Amino acid sequence: MSDMAPILSVDAACCHFDVSSPWLARKLSGAPRRILRAVEDVSFTIRRGTTFSIVGESGCGKSTLARMVVGLQKPTDGSVRFGDIRHPDGRVAPPRVQMIFQDPYASLNPRWRVGDIIAEPVRELGLRSSERDVLQRVGDLLEIVGLSRADITRYPHAFSGGQRQRISIARALATEADFLVCDEPTSALDVSVQAQILNLMVRLQAEFGLTYLFISHNLSVVRHMSDHLAIMYLGRIVEQGPAEDVFRQPQHPYTRLLLDTIPDVEQPNRARRPMSGEVPSPISPPSGCAFHPRCSVAESRCTETRPEPRLKGDVQVACHLA
Amino acid sequence: MTGAAALLSVRDLRVVFDGRHGPMIALDGVSFDIAPGEILGVVGESGAGKSLTGTSVIGLLDPPGRIAGGSISLAARRIDNLPAEEMRRLRGREIGAIFQDPLTSLHPLLKVGDQIVETILTHLTVSRAEARARALQLLKDVGIPAADMRIDHYPHQFSGGMRQRVVIALALCAEPRLIIADEPTTALDVSIQAQITTLLKRLCRDHGTAIMLVTHDMGVIAETADRVAVMYAGRIVEIGPVDQVTRRPSHPYTAGLMASIPSVHRRNATLHQIDGAMPRLGAMPSGCPFHPRCGRVLPLCKTVRPELGAGEHASACHAPLPEPSHV
Repeated sequence: MSDMAPILSVDAACCHFDVSSPWLARKLSGAPRRILRAVEDVSFTIRRGTTFSIVGESGCGKSTLARMVVGLQKPTDGSVRFGDIRHPDGRVAPPRVQMIFQDPYASLNPRWRVGDIIAEPVRELGLRSSERDVLQRVGDLLEIVGLSRADITRYPHAFSGGQRQRISIARALATEADFLVCDEPTSALDVSVQAQILNLMVRLQAEFGLTYLFISHNLSVVRHMSDHLAIMYLGRIVEQGPAEDVFRQPQHPYTRLLLDTIPDVEQPNRARRPMSGEVPSPISPPSGCAFHPRCSVAESRCTETRPEPRLKGDVQVACHLA
Repeated sequence: MTGAAALLSVRDLRVVFDGRHGPMIALDGVSFDIAPGEILGVVGESGAGKSLTGTSVIGLLDPPGRIAGGSISLAARRIDNLPAEEMRRLRGREIGAIFQDPLTSLHPLLKVGDQIVETILTHLTVSRAEARARALQLLKDVGIPAADMRIDHYPHQFSGGMRQRVVIALALCAEPRLIIADEPTTALDVSIQAQITTLLKRLCRDHGTAIMLVTHDMGVIAETADRVAVMYAGRIVEIGPVDQVTRRPSHPYTAGLMASIPSVHRRNATLHQIDGAMPRLGAMPSGCPFHPRCGRVLPLCKTVRPELGAGEHASACHAPLPEPSHV
């Protein structure tokens, strides 16, 4: 079953935080209000059963965007809409959304047994009628993510980081979720464990037709996982499109520099120019194109007018020179 | 690598944690050398003992951990049995350290310049004015813009990448001959990471400083180190020149580790995965500690522990991967 309508449409979403000093202090010092524009005018759509990745450095707004998608953060402006999908039981309704967090040590309650952690959403949503069915379901979920039924009675501390991330995934699947928002799900894990988790996620996607919104700063992981991706810089998407196109022919200078600077086992010591400078503060972003102070090909118009996203083939780029 | 030319020489190092259930062996027979001006990468997954090796060398091993055997020599002088006071003077003067988190390595209430000046005055006999001039030069060397102004700023006024530069300046200020860098770029973004590794390489070249670079990131090692030691369960399983180890790994663990890294150049359907996890200290398998996870396991592997061979590129394995035949 292929739904052509997007499962998620984000339309001109903004998220601003007021980081001004308290009112009195502001009045006394005459300081203006200060607005942190964490996410600014971001639009994209995700089709069912695909993986959409958001890449960027710390502070670019990718986690805020993830929180907006799961509803933990209200957009200041714009909209985040889920499309209706046909569920296996015949209902037509929006997808169930769950989140997998970065730190598998902080996202599981240390005082709860693994069985209870996974059974909680099943019980809470009333997905199984009897307690026996709930336990049956929990055991099945543990096996789906590669753990054993016997692990039901153990506590999170008895598991390694990779196993805990499997528990998080089982908990997310327990709701019969269709849409998973994964915020750096493997960045706290070792590479061999990361490979296990990524393979598991790919397998589950094929098995259950899951849709992933994948947040990461690791471009090799993103390349492995994504169908589509968006590169964010200072709250805005600078380039988005099919992953293969973006990786084969990056168009925005920031994307090119990111791809250039990642340490690479296959081509070490290749000629490369490390990016100079650092990400500016999103409270007072540079004028024009926010990337211009670090850009090697910037022209005078880049400092004055902000480039609007333009479509080049299947790829959308926000750069005057692309 | 001959022992005579080595700046740092670690031989058969054993580190033991005394616990309730008896001693647990965390490092077991670790031996390696670092030559002056060389960057040795130490790579491995969490719990492999790579950071512990670093802390043993700088003498910052916390009880209940203790060195139970072997020797550590810096420029042919034993340093693992020095009294605490002498070791304290050696640290900073002869061996500098860079840790993962640049915020917790700096004193939050002291200006960065004062922290560097204090360290210089502790180790070198110079006047305060000379020390300050030197601190300023160091901050310029590590690439901090407007260093003459930034020297009087507090750590919280610096970004992560700039803080890590300050930490590097601090590690360099007494011109140590060896720097232990424990995950120096892990907390930083990729674009900043590239700046810091370039900086470390330049310092190594210009000052002839030897660096022991501890990291879990094979990419960083491949781009920065001259030689690499791969650790697993408290032992070095493979050591050799970085291009040989990464391109033609001989130990199955190294090969598995390399294959499990996703590539930026192509998309594979599935990643190679090493099933299972690193054994716990209390439950170390007999023979080769990697044998329960190894695809090439022989009956011998379950009983006899393989020794790290001699030679430039050595691995501790009974069934090493064959050298690829020459085309």
